[in-house]
Amino acid sequence: MSQLTSLTLKAALAGLADKSFSSEELTQAHVDAVAAAKPLNAFVLETPEKALDMARAADARRARGEAGALEGAPLGIKDLFCTEGVRSTACSNILGNFVPTYESTVTANLWRDGAVMLGKLNMDEFAMGSSNESSAFGPVVNPWRAEGQNAKLTPGGSSGGSATAVAADLCLGATATDTGGSIRQPAAFTGTVGIKPTYGRCSRWGVVAFASSLDQAGPIAKTVEDAAILLKSMSGHDAKDSTSLDIEVPDFPSFVGKSVKGLRIGIPKEYRVDGMPAEIDELWEKGIAWLKDAGCEIVEVSLPHTKYALPAYYIVAPAEASSNLARYDGMRYGLRVEGANLTETYVNTRAAGFGTEVKRRILIGTYVLSAGYYDAYYVKALKVRRRIADDFDQAFQKVDALLTPTAPSAAFGLGENADDPVAMYLNDIFTVTVNLAGLPGMSIPAGVDHKGLPLGLQLIGKALDEGTLFSLGGALEKAADFRAKPARWW
Amino acid sequence: MTDTSKVIEGRTGPWEMVLGLEIHAQVASKAKLFSGAAVGFGGGPNEQVSLVDAAMPGMLPVINRFCVEQAVRTGLGLKAQINLRSTFDRKNYFYPDLPQGYQISQFKDPVVGEGEVIVEHDDGSTFTVRIERLHLEQDAGKSLHDQDPNATYVDLNRAGTALMEIVSKPDMRSAAEAAAYVKKVRTILVYLGTCDGDMEKGNLRADVNVSVCRPGDYEKFRETGSFSHLGTRCEIKNVNSYRYIQQAIEYEARRQIEILEDGGKIIQETRLFDPNKIETRSMRSKEEAHDYRYFPDPDLLPLILDPAWVKKIQDSLPELPDAKKARLQSQYGLSAYDAGVLITEQARADFFEEAAKGRDAKLTSNWVTNELAARLTAAGQDIGDSPLKPADIAELVTLIEEGVISSKIAKDVFDRMWAGEGGARAIVEKQGLQQVSDTGALEAMIDKLIAANPGQAAAVKDKPQAIGWFVGQLMKETGGKANPGTVNQLLKAKLGIG
Repeated sequence: MSQLTSLTLKAALAGLADKSFSSEELTQAHVDAVAAAKPLNAFVLETPEKALDMARAADARRARGEAGALEGAPLGIKDLFCTEGVRSTACSNILGNFVPTYESTVTANLWRDGAVMLGKLNMDEFAMGSSNESSAFGPVVNPWRAEGQNAKLTPGGSSGGSATAVAADLCLGATATDTGGSIRQPAAFTGTVGIKPTYGRCSRWGVVAFASSLDQAGPIAKTVEDAAILLKSMSGHDAKDSTSLDIEVPDFPSFVGKSVKGLRIGIPKEYRVDGMPAEIDELWEKGIAWLKDAGCEIVEVSLPHTKYALPAYYIVAPAEASSNLARYDGMRYGLRVEGANLTETYVNTRAAGFGTEVKRRILIGTYVLSAGYYDAYYVKALKVRRRIADDFDQAFQKVDALLTPTAPSAAFGLGENADDPVAMYLNDIFTVTVNLAGLPGMSIPAGVDHKGLPLGLQLIGKALDEGTLFSLGGALEKAADFRAKPARWW
Repeated sequence: MTDTSKVIEGRTGPWEMVLGLEIHAQVASKAKLFSGAAVGFGGGPNEQVSLVDAAMPGMLPVINRFCVEQAVRTGLGLKAQINLRSTFDRKNYFYPDLPQGYQISQFKDPVVGEGEVIVEHDDGSTFTVRIERLHLEQDAGKSLHDQDPNATYVDLNRAGTALMEIVSKPDMRSAAEAAAYVKKVRTILVYLGTCDGDMEKGNLRADVNVSVCRPGDYEKFRETGSFSHLGTRCEIKNVNSYRYIQQAIEYEARRQIEILEDGGKIIQETRLFDPNKIETRSMRSKEEAHDYRYFPDPDLLPLILDPAWVKKIQDSLPELPDAKKARLQSQYGLSAYDAGVLITEQARADFFEEAAKGRDAKLTSNWVTNELAARLTAAGQDIGDSPLKPADIAELVTLIEEGVISSKIAKDVFDRMWAGEGGARAIVEKQGLQQVSDTGALEAMIDKLIAANPGQAAAVKDKPQAIGWFVGQLMKETGGKANPGTVNQLLKAKLGIG
């Protein structure tokens, strides 16, 4: 059965198509793998019966010749996506045992194409975190360990459950979301591929909101092509989301394997930050060489406002979050801790329901929107955001895509940054700019560090130009020939 | 120059009030502003609530195009600037009837900018109220505190319903002006079909800003635009009838004057009007005021309007009250007052125009605005539901015009028409109410009367007004049916006066 779980999505779909195995067999193999992987804590809810029901239904459709693009493929779903009749908590105590009566558009699109749900994946509470340690269900453990060591490492966050489930072969692919790097950083930490598409490509309807102007769904997958297959199904215009883009979805998989000859690749000099491990710099140089070999032209570019991105992000995102999370008030659903009066009930409920990191961000957000501080913080941050978008616009006059590291380090130990939120926030230094500008960004596993831990390279594309990212990602993947897998210890 | 009627005498001298209004008008729409859920009176509690209205996790607002159209239509009706780009902001505060924890409103860039409303005084003269802005926003749900001693019930049917907030400049100077302004705005909205204007259901309500100042200060404010010339204002929330608006204002102005005359200071605050005690009470002061933390709603893109679409709405506007009034005056020769009364309701003006076709307009207008209006009011009916149709009034007016009945008899005929006895002409015939214009019969009666009262007849020669006694006698004898003109003419001849 381990053979089935080690397949890529693409290979599994081929096996289903030529009847080498059924979706029921494929799904059972993954259900077993999930059940055997409790120490990873990747799933917060397993839905094996539902998965097998869906698999049998998929087999029946395939038998009738009605197979969709993902027919019978078992996937994991980040718990930020509302799933009809299946508990959805955003990994927060405040949602308690909330069971939606509706299905998010992105997951509905996956089911429309025949995918099978294995369960809900662990994540940082409300997607706020870079290490998965803020989850109400406890942290996910990275399947990777440093060579010769048993210390538990973070899979990154917030989509740590998604990245771990894919890296540990618990599913063929997973949904994830990215507000400041939550797809790309965990992908980098786990040796998987993750893409955050252009803002508006995937509907946010039914996805628990963190920061509305930054949140975007995307897949975490085993290969660039798998990511392309998944993103194609997840994308599409949705009239229920006013920020959803009413444009056609390109055939993303067709871009993988296309020649990248003649493409101009920008290397932003501001991304060479102090204190970054030499190994990451070296990997970056390797990536540049690989793309040069593939026929790309390398151009140094400047994104002068990069250093302001992180502070601006940590104003805009908490501001929106402080308002988005106001609905969790104990009145209609989720947790409610009664008090002597209305105010006390609010206070008790929210004090008990939200974790420390979420509270910190609500406080920051409330502060920066307050009378007297609004202009100095929020308005200023919006101006910075505009400058950052302008920087990218300028760069994209000269180049077709940018190449950077995904994160400034490899996976770190669980608990390592627990007392230092700013150190934690620095994980997002290369990724937040992309969210602020609404651009597509992809992380591709490109190598391992001296401890044998995976490292990722990030490709940043022009708005709506995910196609070029898939071509470049394919080229990098081929050149890097990243075949390392975590040794199974769980 | 100060209009003395606006002056309130205080112990320390005269004062004046300055009033600005925020009218909240529920948009006439079958669906809510951002959720598509149904809007309607009579849905059971929490039956008209969508996932968006209940602020379920992951739900998103989508603007209702029709509500925007209604706001634009209203803006055009208020002769206001339509802003082709406007934005939605979140107004953040916690309350159980506000599921999202914020109200989506337009704070910085409203869909409609400055406009003006011409308002009629009772005497038919007019004044102008400048409109500062109109914006779209969501209404909250309803908290019911009286259902259970230990709990508050929440009904979210109203949550998310579209409201237009129409903000005036501080251009009203008396309680009557404020009420007249609300009346006029209501009339315009109803003409436009953008709000049903039902104040009893709370579909139109007002927040009233009241301040007082010394005579002359307001003029300085108008000259300079500086609010420093005006007193500190208090806002009275959610007043929903003309009478309450006036009572609240009168009370509040008096209260402020008393404080100032005692050497006190007015604290800027929000107050509530208690219609039972006819007083206003403090709700919260400026210090306690919420910090609403307004910021642009990231779930909604800026609202961009196509000028061609706005033009289409402009071209589809109905004839509005002011234009209708002017036309009724010029086309039918009505007075400003009569035209003003007719246009307060579109249906009344339409009724009039149908009834007046080809006959005495002034007479028709009187019947529509007096007898008929009084009967409808007494019966609690709108003119649209009137049992008497324009053709019925037309028939009655025709009979008067033709001299078949006198105005006095016409009242009797009208009563019978109202009672359902049939058309005017049929009633007149059946009851024999035609005027007696037969000179032969009248002459005989007059001769007999003069013969029987020689003294009176002689007296008339010295005192011609005394002819009234003879007219009265003849009317009595004919049961009021004698044609007064003919009677006068004959009497004058027989009595030798003229």
